[in-house]
Amino acid sequence: MAVQKLPLAKALNESLRKALESDPKVLIMGEDVGKLGGVFRVTDGLQKDFGEDRVIDTPLAESGIVGTAIGLALRGYRPVVEIQFDGFVFPAYDQIVTQLAKMHARALGKIKLPVVVRIPYGGGIGAVEHHSESPEALFAHVAGLKVVSPSTSSDAYWMLQQAIQSDDPVIFFEPKRRYWDKGEVDTEAIPGELHKARVAREGSDLTLAAYGPMVKVCLEAAAAAQEEGKSVEVLDLRSMSPIDFDTIQTSVEKTRHLVVVHEAPVFYGSGAEIAARITERCFYHLEAPVLRVGGYHAPYPPARLEEEYLPGLDRVLDAVDRSLAY
Amino acid sequence: MTVESTAARKTTRRSSGTKRTASASAGAKKSQTSEPELVQLLTPEGERVQHPDYDIDLSADELRGLYRDMVLTRRFDAEATSLQRQGELGLWASLLGQEAAQIGSARALRDDDYVFPTYREHGVAWCRGVDPANLLGMFRGVNHGGWDPNSNNFHLYTIVIGSQTLHATGYAMGVAKDGADSAVIAYFGDGASSQGDVAESFTFSAVYNAPVVFFCQNNQWAISEPTEKQMRVPLYQRAQGFGFPGVRVDGNDVLACLAVTRWALERARRGEGPTLVEAFTYRMGAHTTSDDPTKYRADEEREAWEAKDPILRLRAYLEREGHADAAFFDALEEESETLGKRVREAVRSMPDPDHMAIFENVYADGHALVDEERAQFAAYQASFADGEVK
Ligand SMILES: Cc1ncc(C[n+]2csc(CCOP(=O)(O)OP(=O)(O)O)c2C)c(N)n1
Repeated sequence: MAVQKLPLAKALNESLRKALESDPKVLIMGEDVGKLGGVFRVTDGLQKDFGEDRVIDTPLAESGIVGTAIGLALRGYRPVVEIQFDGFVFPAYDQIVTQLAKMHARALGKIKLPVVVRIPYGGGIGAVEHHSESPEALFAHVAGLKVVSPSTSSDAYWMLQQAIQSDDPVIFFEPKRRYWDKGEVDTEAIPGELHKARVAREGSDLTLAAYGPMVKVCLEAAAAAQEEGKSVEVLDLRSMSPIDFDTIQTSVEKTRHLVVVHEAPVFYGSGAEIAARITERCFYHLEAPVLRVGGYHAPYPPARLEEEYLPGLDRVLDAVDRSLAY
Repeated sequence: MTVESTAARKTTRRSSGTKRTASASAGAKKSQTSEPELVQLLTPEGERVQHPDYDIDLSADELRGLYRDMVLTRRFDAEATSLQRQGELGLWASLLGQEAAQIGSARALRDDDYVFPTYREHGVAWCRGVDPANLLGMFRGVNHGGWDPNSNNFHLYTIVIGSQTLHATGYAMGVAKDGADSAVIAYFGDGASSQGDVAESFTFSAVYNAPVVFFCQNNQWAISEPTEKQMRVPLYQRAQGFGFPGVRVDGNDVLACLAVTRWALERARRGEGPTLVEAFTYRMGAHTTSDDPTKYRADEEREAWEAKDPILRLRAYLEREGHADAAFFDALEEESETLGKRVREAVRSMPDPDHMAIFENVYADGHALVDEERAQFAAYQASFADGEVK
């Protein structure tokens, strides 16, 4: 059966299974990934079927997890490591930034670092501190890393395969609040390129650009705007490094209005990069400044305030109105 | 006399990793000079035994006090677990089974000592005089802390595992610089001991002879991972390599935990530097209310540990020695109910934070961008019709 309806987490699980089956060098590593199957069950059943040598429960040491994954990659393996939650990647940040990102260049391209770092990220699940953050810009800022985030089950399935096949280190951000959303996965399809943006909904008045958890919010906003007679195009960027600026440019040349939406703080965020580049590329097409909707310059708040902090339908529509009012 | 019940020996062997490959176990054996010792003053049956190095003499009043602390802590913990089930808390990390380790170690502290906890030190917080209701704010999702660390010398809960051991070490370095004779205690788990931060805190505390006690509650599990996934040599032995003593204590024996921690704190006060105390105990419940231990843990294991329950053990001793009568236990039962009720009411009436709290305390000196975003946010909130969005 090639087409299945799967929750996003299950699509990732199927993707990992396929990767383990098709390449004996692929390894899964992380905290609780074995018997428990990961705290979100993304690795459920994999240790049972592939053994403890392929699906490895590691000590509770993120620097150790990424550092040893680097060594395994140098030895010809393709480790896929799981960081349990966004806020816990920082003990490994040193290894990722100072070593993983730079080693290929330092070795004059003679060695490859095919390491995938999977990170469940973003808010909206009512969690405690350090379990809801969106640190993607901190990784996208670092040369040598590729940074992607799927928003659908199909992309979860295919993008993870592609990330594992990539010879570069890929930081794979999984929108944890979409883990339980179901979508169709065609396991025999020919997938799109890993770093190419997707037009998730066509429109002619304004472009909303988003990725990961915010794509769904933007699609809902576009549907609501439609009722008010506004035609909104939604782009799912899928990749934050590199960013497919060509697709954004094409869209903005048509709609002349761009709003970028992400959960991460706006200040120094990926929206800032997109706004600057698109302003350069589309200066004479734009009818309004590129607007950004995202988090505030404040620590991610306690769960009872997260709905105020996270961009929701109203804040996106408000930005749509402001942009169209110019 | 060092007491090693067969059950204890069996479990210590598990954590020394002999279950794995022959070469790994041989290596582990070689690095151990003797079988791990477990300091115990009260057997699982509630019999008092002596220890040559860590004995302790407590009055009946003090013993009843320890019992009361453990019972009320367990009651509070059970109340929080059921409040989570009722949807009043988003999450709860239960300490069930770890009462003796927490109460014993915390009752060894002086008021001027400073505590750096993880997220599970509800019994320690109790002993420090932190209002139990205050512990629930972060689990309910109304704040990220909920108390002033300096009012009880009890630092905020720390979720990123191991981080606080370095803060404790630095604080202790400061205490030493000030010439004070306070001590500092850092709590962490067996899983956390794998973190680089914990190794670095051992290094710093040894090098600077910091007056800090590292109190590791080895509850045998780090979510789904048993101790063999963290270490091959008993944890307490690690201290030796850093140049300070390590002691393994029966973590379900409140007297032994008190005695050993008191000894370690006194060493720190005398300027003799850090100590690692490994309290060998058990997490009887799930890791947190989000966890499902049936996926990875056998029921028999829990049952074996239930027989070593820290509260039943002390109760048996109190009764055997005639240190407490039925009136005491009845009154305590009533006090437990009152505490449960008070906590329940406190949680249910805990207000949601004001929306503007997002922007509060981001900086001590203020920040122009925060001011700007706060103003925009306020205007945006005000743009909704009254009552539509609070
Ligand atoms: C740096 C970091 N990585 C991962 C986690 C997720 N996590 C929370 S508690 C925990 C297990 C900790 O086990 P242990 O240190 O033994 O303490 P216990 O919870 O058993 O008391 C894990 C993996 C975390 N909080 N911080």
